[in-house]
Amino acid sequence: MDALALSRHPLWGWGYSDPTTLFGGVKCLETIDFFHKAVEMTDMVKKFGDFTANDKINLIVHKGEVHALLGENGAGKTTLMNVLYGLYKPTSGSVKINGNLLNIKDPNVAIKNGIGMVHQHFMLVEPFTVTQNIILGNETTKSMGIIDLKKAEKQVAELSKRYGLTVDPNALVQDLSVGSQQRVEILKALYRGAQILILDEPTAVLTPQEIQELAQIIQNLTREGKSIIIITHKLKEIKQMADFCTIIRRGKHIDTVEVAKVTEEDLASKMVGRDVIFKVAKEKQLRGDKALEIKNLVVQDARGLPVVNNLSLELHKGEILGIAGIDGNGQKELIEAVTGLRKVKSGTVSVQGKNITNLSPGKIINKHKISHIPEDRQKRGLIFEFDIAENLILETYFKPAFSKWFTLIKERIYSNAKDLIHKFDIRPEESEIPAKALSGGNQQKMIIAREVSNEPEILIAAQPTRGLDVGAIEYVHEALINQRNQGKAVLLVSFELDEVINVSDRIAVIFEGKIVGIVDAQDADEKQIGLMMAGGTE
Amino acid sequence: MMEALIKDIGFIIGTTLMYSTPLIFTSLGGVITERSGVVNIGLEGMMCFGAFAGAAGAYFSQDPWIGFACAAIAGGLLALLHAIACVSFAAEQIVSGIAINFMGTGAALFISRMLFDGATQTLTIPNKMPLPLNFLFGEGKMFASSGFMDLVFNRFATVYIAFLMVFLIWFILYKTKIGMRVRAVGENPEAANTLGISVVKIRYGAVIMSGVFAGLGGAAMSIAVVSRFSNTLISGHGFIALAAMIFGKWKPQGALVACLLFGGAKGVEIFLGAKGVPVPGDILAILPYVLTIVVLVGVVGKTTPPGAIGKIFDKGESA
Repeated sequence: MDALALSRHPLWGWGYSDPTTLFGGVKCLETIDFFHKAVEMTDMVKKFGDFTANDKINLIVHKGEVHALLGENGAGKTTLMNVLYGLYKPTSGSVKINGNLLNIKDPNVAIKNGIGMVHQHFMLVEPFTVTQNIILGNETTKSMGIIDLKKAEKQVAELSKRYGLTVDPNALVQDLSVGSQQRVEILKALYRGAQILILDEPTAVLTPQEIQELAQIIQNLTREGKSIIIITHKLKEIKQMADFCTIIRRGKHIDTVEVAKVTEEDLASKMVGRDVIFKVAKEKQLRGDKALEIKNLVVQDARGLPVVNNLSLELHKGEILGIAGIDGNGQKELIEAVTGLRKVKSGTVSVQGKNITNLSPGKIINKHKISHIPEDRQKRGLIFEFDIAENLILETYFKPAFSKWFTLIKERIYSNAKDLIHKFDIRPEESEIPAKALSGGNQQKMIIAREVSNEPEILIAAQPTRGLDVGAIEYVHEALINQRNQGKAVLLVSFELDEVINVSDRIAVIFEGKIVGIVDAQDADEKQIGLMMAGGTE
Repeated sequence: MMEALIKDIGFIIGTTLMYSTPLIFTSLGGVITERSGVVNIGLEGMMCFGAFAGAAGAYFSQDPWIGFACAAIAGGLLALLHAIACVSFAAEQIVSGIAINFMGTGAALFISRMLFDGATQTLTIPNKMPLPLNFLFGEGKMFASSGFMDLVFNRFATVYIAFLMVFLIWFILYKTKIGMRVRAVGENPEAANTLGISVVKIRYGAVIMSGVFAGLGGAAMSIAVVSRFSNTLISGHGFIALAAMIFGKWKPQGALVACLLFGGAKGVEIFLGAKGVPVPGDILAILPYVLTIVVLVGVVGKTTPPGAIGKIFDKGESA
């Protein structure tokens, strides 16, 4: 492969963490105009009632610079950017854009001053076309407010060509992949003439390949003199994409560093306030007997399409089997089928030789000992209004331990909660506060406490660390490995390839509802797995 | 025989058009508000209040057009209350709608008693809505009177306005800037907000317009179909219009078709009643309502409402 072809390869740079090797060896710093401060936020304070989300934060971003905002969940990164974009009104502090003091009282002012924001949860109107989404609020019209769709489509096509943001202007947004939707969001900002682009957790939902494309897009934008602010808690991507990084912890400005001069470990400890262990410690262990066997499984989605398509898989005791794959390749339906939440069309699921296909979730949980940490902890993992103690007995409330005749035994329920809160380090240590009042990490601890205390033989964890910060992720990984070390079988589904490689013993790659390959985690090659996830062959 | 059959069909089509008109206006109102994301089950009350205001206005001014305008204003005012409750104060939209229903019917009766010597109905209006195409029909004109063409096409002005409005609202919703913004706000208000579109203004506008249309729908009943307001005049038409909007998948053209279907049930009911079919009138009168239930149960499950419908938009800490 010659150099030119290599530089165009979508996987170029994937896995490299030294920025000098990226972008064909060109350092990003070259695009920065250090005499031009595009954004200057000074002593920004934002309070929500008694809670101080931003406590005197300073931020300077130059023209042509990629600046990362690093911090744990709830550190105040997004709040700061919402202030910059005019969605929140700051309590105090000043904002200068290109040297001019501004009062950004609403997004209109931000847009007029060349600020664009791509939110973590995309702000798109799903049933609208790409063009309609892009022009919304700033419509191209003929007379009398009648929209000139032809002209608008042409403008969008030109814009997308100019920045290499490939997307069909006529497509409906609801039919687009997440990566394409993100391109629409970026185009939306560029269409409004954005010079300063805020990207909130832009890589959270992307595949490794799409992340590379995004890096390329960001590079194109800085070449045009645009400034980019990336909100993230992924260190690898900061090393890859950013020139400078401002670290925020609990609303306070901790440090601003030149990315090339620090290591990922430095960044992590500044973010968390203590040293962080990246690689989970895991002793070798022999694989036990077959625990779960899935044979020729076919599961349909709501539209009747086979999203799990003749899938076979074996899970053994004492192992963590990771399922790597891009969102929407049947992972959700696979898990739902195994846990009894969705009907199986054909094929079988068996636990230690017993057929459990299409049994009720209750039977699967309590008789066949499968526990499930669901993907959506707010919808499926918890009852938001119930308190911690009640959430902890959702699967076992009817057992003699907690009930007699038709009544629940309150004392036992709350003493059970007390034990588990202590054992699983759930905070705050109060069993009577509603689940919704807990942070994401503690909600997840609560779910893990419930599922693990039910003593499962098989634990299924779907996206168990989604949206959690470094500390909580560490905790979840340890909990999964603990189960494995006790000889239980663990099935881990995650869209984070790093996580799958790090935690699993074996990795199965899922693509379009089929397992397209199984590799040993020790010999796992990110590039190769990335390709399989995208349906490519070696 | 053949001629009589054609005449019967003409009669049914004609009455269908006449009875569909109030529903068309009102369900257009429903389309506008729900497309902006605000549920308005208060349409019934607004329709009722509009029917009264229309009849009272037409009675005192002796001009049906002034009555028509009064109905629009009355409906709009009532809708303003709904907007204040639901948009500014983030009230539960269904609860507010129920309150509006009581208020609309109650206010209509109350003011009626004040103005018409304690009667729960207005006096007969002196001039009904004109028949704009009347000059085409009769002795020596283009079409014979009481013929098929006369029965079908010689209708009140409100009928033609209703059909024009369907086109107009469709055009505004799908072809103009303002319409696109309304739909965007109804699907994803957060997205619209980040683009500098005022969700509050759009929703206020849409809710008020829904009241205006419901008021016009009421007037289309009280100053065209009949010539006075009475306390049983509207009785459920607002809800049927709401059902028509849902059946019509939140689209003006869909609502039109649904309203014609419900109007048709009424047309058949009147026709059968007039023919002296040996079925009690009460049973016949149930027809449109039965149809509503059948349609809602049978068809509505498959439709997709606007994404943000009924959800409270909280701009939060916004400046």
